[in-house]
Amino acid sequence: MFNRNEIIETIQMIRQENLDIRTITMGISLRDCACESGARSRQRIYDKISRYAEKLVKTGEDIERDFGIPIINKRISVTPIALVAESSDEKDYTLFAKALDDAAKNVGVNLIGGFSALVHKGYTKGDRLLVESIPEALAITERVCSSVNVATTKAGINMDAVADMGRIIKACAERTKDKGAFGCAKLVVFSNVPEDNPFMAGAFHGIGEPECVINVGVSGPGVVANAVRSLKGADFGTIAEVIKKTAFKITRMGQLVAQEASSRLKVPFGIVDLSLAPTPAIGDSVAHILEGMGLECCGTHGTTAALALLNDAVKKGGVMASSYVGGLSGAFIPVSEDAGMINAVNQKALSLEKLEAMTCVCSVGLDMIAIPGDTPASTISAIIADEIAIGVVNQKTTAVRIIPAPGMKEGDILEFGGLFGSAPVMSVSPFSSEEFIKRGGRIPAPLQSLKN
Amino acid sequence: MKAVITVLGCDRVGIIATITRVLADTNVNILDISQTIMQNIFTMIMLVDLSKMNVEFSALSDMLNKKGEELGVEVRLQREEIFTSMHRI
Repeated sequence: MFNRNEIIETIQMIRQENLDIRTITMGISLRDCACESGARSRQRIYDKISRYAEKLVKTGEDIERDFGIPIINKRISVTPIALVAESSDEKDYTLFAKALDDAAKNVGVNLIGGFSALVHKGYTKGDRLLVESIPEALAITERVCSSVNVATTKAGINMDAVADMGRIIKACAERTKDKGAFGCAKLVVFSNVPEDNPFMAGAFHGIGEPECVINVGVSGPGVVANAVRSLKGADFGTIAEVIKKTAFKITRMGQLVAQEASSRLKVPFGIVDLSLAPTPAIGDSVAHILEGMGLECCGTHGTTAALALLNDAVKKGGVMASSYVGGLSGAFIPVSEDAGMINAVNQKALSLEKLEAMTCVCSVGLDMIAIPGDTPASTISAIIADEIAIGVVNQKTTAVRIIPAPGMKEGDILEFGGLFGSAPVMSVSPFSSEEFIKRGGRIPAPLQSLKN
Repeated sequence: MKAVITVLGCDRVGIIATITRVLADTNVNILDISQTIMQNIFTMIMLVDLSKMNVEFSALSDMLNKKGEELGVEVRLQREEIFTSMHRI
């Protein structure tokens, strides 16, 4: 029999605290779409995505209605296109991005991830063509997302790729300057990239993944924030305990939706990603959880410790609620997509340096950060290098999604709208990293013992 | 298949009558019903059995929503599993 308070609690979470399933992402392998002829390869890609994901959006909507839980996004991730396109005679990979975009529009998903290359140790011919085509590809397509993995703990950091990505991000901003450099919001530079991440813009279908798979990303910063806020004066043990319980409940919802989607679509269930993903909506902010613990403003001293507790408790609670956990699984701190983070930057409480420190204890990285449009490419590369080094040394995923806002200076506001939000432009160091980045080569893999 | 119907809103005459009329017409059996006023909000929770219903789940959901709008209350029809999965190990 049901318990009234439990039912009311669930409805409260959905109705007032913005609890939702952030994304159902279908991973599709495109490895069998490689072909000598670029045109034929693209036709295979389009056909395969259209066939596999035909019912994805409809099924998502059905589940949403049956269970009364909002499912915000239905998305697709595919095999890194560099691996698929490489066999073809094609020199211009933007055509492959166009094929992905067309397929995404055909099946009705709002984003498709996988215009990607894995270059942590070096470039192949296809990787090079793909990376160079990113600015144009993201400018002419609407729904395609791109990612490049430039480092792993086992391989070290490919500093040539880091240098390239600074230049590519600048080119991307320039190519989409009429849209506020929106291309950069769809491009992520990774270290230790996960192969089963359902969240955009960094999602792709890894090479160890099956033919087709369903991954689900849950969300619910608002639910956790309210739970934490109700604990005025409680000690940290109590806070951790409450966050764990809340994360358990949120994740069970994700597990249920993932299983249901998997059985209705007859596609194996991959993972539930235990991330707290904020949105610009009021009451859906990770920063507000940290402030709920007693910080006057996110970014002040104590923020890193608060985030460490939050991130760990979410994982501990979530792990037991799902049979398979994977993806990024951590608290996201995208500046433009979190009302509390935006406020903290505007108040000058939160700086790029503090954000970098915060990424040491949570996934995922410097995310959705706007910097002045005249920032040199080498400085962007150096920001990437710092963030990637944190991931490589700490054996975790880190990423950079940074936007040099065209013509803007510190304090200006870059507006994207929708889920991407708006980002106050943050200052970067005026001192040059040019000579450092120019060196190129690889930073060797770090030692895995003698840890201190 | 079982589902939970919840009604939240301002109390007024005829809420239960209207909702149960829809259920009778669609051959949905009520297994449990409870009603209370929580923090000045009328709250009704019903557990129903949909195994013999004569319409689609979505049609029933739409009918209930429409009645809810007429009454000025929020009506939700949700499959029971969402509550059991969240609150039971």
